[in-house]
Amino acid sequence: MDLDLLASLLYATFRTGTPILLVALGELICEKSGVLNLGQEGVMLMGAVTGFIVVSQFDSYALGIFTSVLTGIVMAAIFAFITLTLQANQVASGLALAIFGTGLSAFIGTDYQGQSIAGLPSLAVPHLSEISVIGPAFFQHDILVYTSLAATFLLWWNLKYARLGLILKAVGENPDAANALGLPVLKVRYLAVLFGGAMSGLAGAYVSLVYTPLWAENMTAGRGWIAVALVVFASWRISRVLLGAYLFGLASILHLVAQVFGADISPNLLAALPYAATIVVLVILSSNQTRHKLFAPLALAIPWHKSR
Amino acid sequence: MTTRLALKNITKAYPGCVANDDISFSLNRGEIHALLGENGAGKSTLMNIIYGVVQPDAGELFINDVKVTINSPADARSYGIGMVFQHFTLFDSMTVAENIALALAQKPAEVSSAIEALRTTYELYVEPEKLVGTLSMGEKQRVEIIRCLLQDIQILILDEPTSVLTPQEAEQLFALLNTLSAKGCAVIFISHKLSEVARICHSATILRRGKVSGKITPGQTSLSTLTKLMMGDQSSVTKTECRAASQSFLTVEGLSTRAYPGDDTALKNLCFDVKQGEILGIAGVAGNGQEALLSALSGEINQYQRPAGDIRFNGQSVIAASPVERRSSGMGYVPAERLGRGAVANMSLVSNALLTCYGQGLLRYGFINIQAVQQLTRSIIAKFGVRTPGIEANANQLSGGNLQKFILGRELQQQPRLLIAAHPTWGVDISAQQHIYRDLLTLRDSGCAILIISEDTDELFTLCDRIGALCHGELSPLMAANQVSLDQLGQWMLGEFAHAS
Repeated sequence: MDLDLLASLLYATFRTGTPILLVALGELICEKSGVLNLGQEGVMLMGAVTGFIVVSQFDSYALGIFTSVLTGIVMAAIFAFITLTLQANQVASGLALAIFGTGLSAFIGTDYQGQSIAGLPSLAVPHLSEISVIGPAFFQHDILVYTSLAATFLLWWNLKYARLGLILKAVGENPDAANALGLPVLKVRYLAVLFGGAMSGLAGAYVSLVYTPLWAENMTAGRGWIAVALVVFASWRISRVLLGAYLFGLASILHLVAQVFGADISPNLLAALPYAATIVVLVILSSNQTRHKLFAPLALAIPWHKSR
Repeated sequence: MTTRLALKNITKAYPGCVANDDISFSLNRGEIHALLGENGAGKSTLMNIIYGVVQPDAGELFINDVKVTINSPADARSYGIGMVFQHFTLFDSMTVAENIALALAQKPAEVSSAIEALRTTYELYVEPEKLVGTLSMGEKQRVEIIRCLLQDIQILILDEPTSVLTPQEAEQLFALLNTLSAKGCAVIFISHKLSEVARICHSATILRRGKVSGKITPGQTSLSTLTKLMMGDQSSVTKTECRAASQSFLTVEGLSTRAYPGDDTALKNLCFDVKQGEILGIAGVAGNGQEALLSALSGEINQYQRPAGDIRFNGQSVIAASPVERRSSGMGYVPAERLGRGAVANMSLVSNALLTCYGQGLLRYGFINIQAVQQLTRSIIAKFGVRTPGIEANANQLSGGNLQKFILGRELQQQPRLLIAAHPTWGVDISAQQHIYRDLLTLRDSGCAILIISEDTDELFTLCDRIGALCHGELSPLMAANQVSLDQLGQWMLGEFAHAS
């Protein structure tokens, strides 16, 4: 295997892992606050279709990405209102949101089905991108890849060192105690859910504007689901979410590489590999129960209301 | 003297009950004021109103003679009100410093140094870097107290603060309260222990069924009058003479464990026995090996590791037996955690009764005989005076005391030959407590061997025939309860027994 192949493997790993990373980061924050939003797949598709339509109409990537994020927030707001204000069951509402988003995005995107646009140009980092192998692998990505890495670091730092992270954990672990201390439980949960929606919207934009710059019905192909699963198997830890997302990216690329080299395995089986590999690795990692417990938001998916 | 806090005609009603009915009292600068009453008398609601957790339907609050509205705990704290809750408002997955930092809006590092400072002023200390989930109940409470002290407080509310402390630690707390009082801080002290109230409180208000039933000066009112004001006419339990058998029923020899998960204290070579017809009490501050001892006796520990040494029931070694096998050989077990170990929170009382009583003819060809279980549940509720909305109520709908009566009743129903009970009356009101004491003594007189592990020394002296203490995983000498002084027991709880005898 030559170095150029290695560089392009790494490059593709980043690109494939990024949408999952974005959704998983948003979902992680959402779950840390004690809300389980299973509807991220639907939110992601809505973000993808609205972003795509805006870019193909107005030819502005900034406006397109902004629209995707906004759409994600609106979708999440619907979910938040149903589960937090009306205290509906989070699992059922999340599943409904996923189905609703999938259907609505297909409906909105009917006229654009199969159309393509020019992808978001990549942003080479000066000097660094010229280093051989490392340059093409790490420093010739588009702005969203860098954004996702910056977001990863910021969220990790916040959860570990900042007061914001403590508040989030408190609300997700024991909302009654958090309320007794005077923390605004519902407000924190609302914001966390909206943040999750924004991240899924952004991930949707990544899929339809960057990764495969076209619109096709159901084009996220279950990435929203795998991201939700990733959060749980990553034991609600940012570092493992990052690892899991890129593992998924790498496995997705490897199956293409295997096909190129003419490996005699059914392509359908190979296509299932990234999903299986990601889950297997993370299940093994999360097998330590005490560590798992330490990071798990204990009040996850339990509706909470103020006066008893 | 200025009035720190005054309540005027506070009323709060919930659907189905009036929790606070026209309650007024006032608190002077530096006054330690006791609030007495049974569980359900309305003390918690009243404290929640003062702390801003709930808002009253009617009535007024004055702080330093200024009328205030307290809409949230943050408001309360800004008025200088600090509260130590009975149900801790702590987060297990965070460190001590993080927990305190969260409430005070400070950085954990600042809090750590402030904790170190308190260590010298008040002799109150918990390692700031420890995870709260690994602390004992006693230590958790210390964290709550530290959190209040780190704020500039004028009014401190303590909800049953001494129930998890050794006598010496309680003394330290009293000294601390006196210091605070001397500095002008007013204290509201909620307790079920009348002797403490008489010792340290300047005044007391007694609540009964949501109303003020009396206001007294503790030192000048007899205990019996107090008891009557709180619970009406009921005699308190007195221990009858013990008629212990000569042979030991439970024998523990050289029991040692490695550190038990969730509890950093391992047992070191424990030897003791319990005879039929006696109650053995083991005192000690939480975190000194109680968890390990309880799980070694119940058999739960075998999930993790087999302890060294031997445990015999009635002459037969059960060291390798599972919890189920031990239960079926006649052991009843009342664990410390009511919800989670003693009962399943989201299951009805009927299902909870079935959990350990299934051997009592409740199964027919492997199927549950629902009518029999319901019958059994009803009889437990009636016999042990459990106050519940009904047999289908979930375990977590019951108050702590009533759930404890239910769990104890469920175990007694099986007529155990050995009963192991941990903290049998923790957080339980005085009438439920007396009820439980009476049941335990009756059980003893019927020839059951009973082991009680508790942090409440009053309880141990009331119930036990022999007494000892656990410290750092080691057991003190066991002596007849009437030959041990409170001081002596306190010394044992601090581990000062190795060189003494």
